[in-house]
Amino acid sequence: MFLKPYVPQSEEMVQIMDPNGNIVKPEWMPNLSNEEIIEMYETMVFSRIIDEKILQYQRQGRILTYAPNLGQEAAQVGSGFAIKQTDWVASAFRELGVWLRKKAPLYNILLYWYGNEEGMHMPEEVRILPVSVPIASQLQHATGLAYASKYRNEPDVTLGYVGDGGTSQGDFHEALNFASVNQTPNVFIVQNNQFAISTRRAVQTKVKTIAEKALAYGMPGIQVDGNDIFAMYAVTKEAVDQARNGGGPTLIEAYTYRLGAHTTADDPTVYRDQEEVEEWLKKDPIDRLKKYMLKAGIWDEEKEEALRKEKSEIVKSEFTKVENSEPVALEAVFDYIYADKTSIQKEQYYKLKALQEEVE
Amino acid sequence: MAVLNLIEAITHALDYEMGKDESVVVYGEDVGFEGGVFRATKGLQQKYGEKRVFDSILAESSIVGSGIGMAINGLRPVVEIQFSGFMFPGYNQIVTHAARMRNRSRGLYTVPMVIRMPYGGGVRALEHHSESLEVLFAHIPGLKVVIPSTPYDAKGLLLAAIRDPDPVIFLEPKRIYRAFKQEVPEEDYTIPIGKAKVVKSGSDLTVVTWGAMVRDTQKAIEIVEKEGFNIELIDLRTISPIDQETVVESVKKTGRFVVVHEAVSSYGPGAELISIINEKAFLHLEAPPTRVAPPDIIVPLPKGEHHYLPDVNHIAVALRQVLKF
Repeated sequence: MFLKPYVPQSEEMVQIMDPNGNIVKPEWMPNLSNEEIIEMYETMVFSRIIDEKILQYQRQGRILTYAPNLGQEAAQVGSGFAIKQTDWVASAFRELGVWLRKKAPLYNILLYWYGNEEGMHMPEEVRILPVSVPIASQLQHATGLAYASKYRNEPDVTLGYVGDGGTSQGDFHEALNFASVNQTPNVFIVQNNQFAISTRRAVQTKVKTIAEKALAYGMPGIQVDGNDIFAMYAVTKEAVDQARNGGGPTLIEAYTYRLGAHTTADDPTVYRDQEEVEEWLKKDPIDRLKKYMLKAGIWDEEKEEALRKEKSEIVKSEFTKVENSEPVALEAVFDYIYADKTSIQKEQYYKLKALQEEVE
Repeated sequence: MAVLNLIEAITHALDYEMGKDESVVVYGEDVGFEGGVFRATKGLQQKYGEKRVFDSILAESSIVGSGIGMAINGLRPVVEIQFSGFMFPGYNQIVTHAARMRNRSRGLYTVPMVIRMPYGGGVRALEHHSESLEVLFAHIPGLKVVIPSTPYDAKGLLLAAIRDPDPVIFLEPKRIYRAFKQEVPEEDYTIPIGKAKVVKSGSDLTVVTWGAMVRDTQKAIEIVEKEGFNIELIDLRTISPIDQETVVESVKKTGRFVVVHEAVSSYGPGAELISIINEKAFLHLEAPPTRVAPPDIIVPLPKGEHHYLPDVNHIAVALRQVLKF
């Protein structure tokens, strides 16, 4: 529907729902039940509330560094809803909506950002590789995951996420090339949030759209309004189905905007004006879907209030659990370097343990 | 004379050399418009323009690789890798080309460039933001590796690095970027690469360290000296090439040696120093040369990081052990 006729250089991104919540392309509207639409909305709101709460905790000094997802919820949740629970995801560090969609326990997510790697020991069924900080490197893993699925004739598809800045790394290009050459069941999602920390998209690459980079690797590339959850869902679904049916990889550019800071260590007022942020606030992906749902008569302010209250309570109680979690034991920092501690590590461990006990 | 912290001294040194030498160019991720995530290049783009100070694309291999080309063709690039933990895409270029161009071309082409990287732990950061990887560079013939521990040294070493005819890896201990201020002369001065500094002379024990550990080690020495000892402290300042003479002469005098570092213990820089001492001062030794270093583990995230870095007490315990051997 989208992939074949679409010309990635055209700058005409796929949009199904406009910022006022009106369906502008009814013929493209995905076949979603009201319950599914509400679930998507709830996941986006959950993501937003988690971000807001963590930022509040961060200001209170209760959490260290955090990378918020503000404004990118539709890009994440929309694409995340287009895959199955059994599909794989190789994420970077700003994909909270996907983690939530894949049933990652909030406790784990919060524990990780609290500064304890134990949080990344997710339940096996989540099937998302741990947070990957080195930019774009995870896309290479996405191709290997997909190759292994294809090798065993398993139906799983692997989604790889990266940012606009990440498309400059060699790893991005190598991953796309590998996927295309080997026709692996991959879908690559570029969350083009317009910034690599302070560096603007226009400084990062001279192409008109990031989607057109796909052409160099002989795969479809498509630019999508990343703040339109229906468009994100519909396009990803088509790409995922194609990949699952042996049709090879796709590059999707989710055109969105990072409303918050890169991380809490960053101050975006140094490099952008509030007016620009205000413009993008008008295109907020959550408000957009809410407007649609209100018009469709499947949502009201009472439900909204109840949802926000419920999700806030969940974040509060899970974060309390995190704050009350056991301190990181000396054993824990040795346990997972190898399957078995080396003899030198054992010696180092006992020496440190004795030293720590002596201090106490 | 200005009173500056370490990061301000780096900015000042860059500014000074850019004003003096038109061939100096500065770039890296977020280095131009914003002035870098640590603000090391703050104000330089406004002062010297986008041609000389710019935001690179987000690709460490490109940052280093293009720098090599510029250096060969007459420029003096001073590039920034945002955190040393992210240098690996650029490591290929550093090892396979920057370090080898002089040898490969038999001296026809050289790479006088500086690769700056904030490094080290104790800042309670996310993964890949806390490593001490100095040996990964020091092990490569053709590279020089420098680590300042004070604002004064930071300026003098950075000017020396920019003027050096070979590639210099300039590792900045980010834990002490803003820890303290010091008088930094506004005029020209360099600190020779390959020369250690005797921070404090003493007769009973030689302690060698560098970077952020200098301050922690100083505190440990103060504690132990109250127990009646007299300790010599050497700030290595250059990891490669090592100033063998200063270290060996000191150990010949004191007969005892401790090295303190942030890099993991196995195959760490301490191993090299102890090897040099065994070869050159063995008959003067009165105790086994000892290293104080983190265990062989990946730097834990903040909640477990206290298990990694040796603290003042840990260092003091080691000093006493060697003194009382």
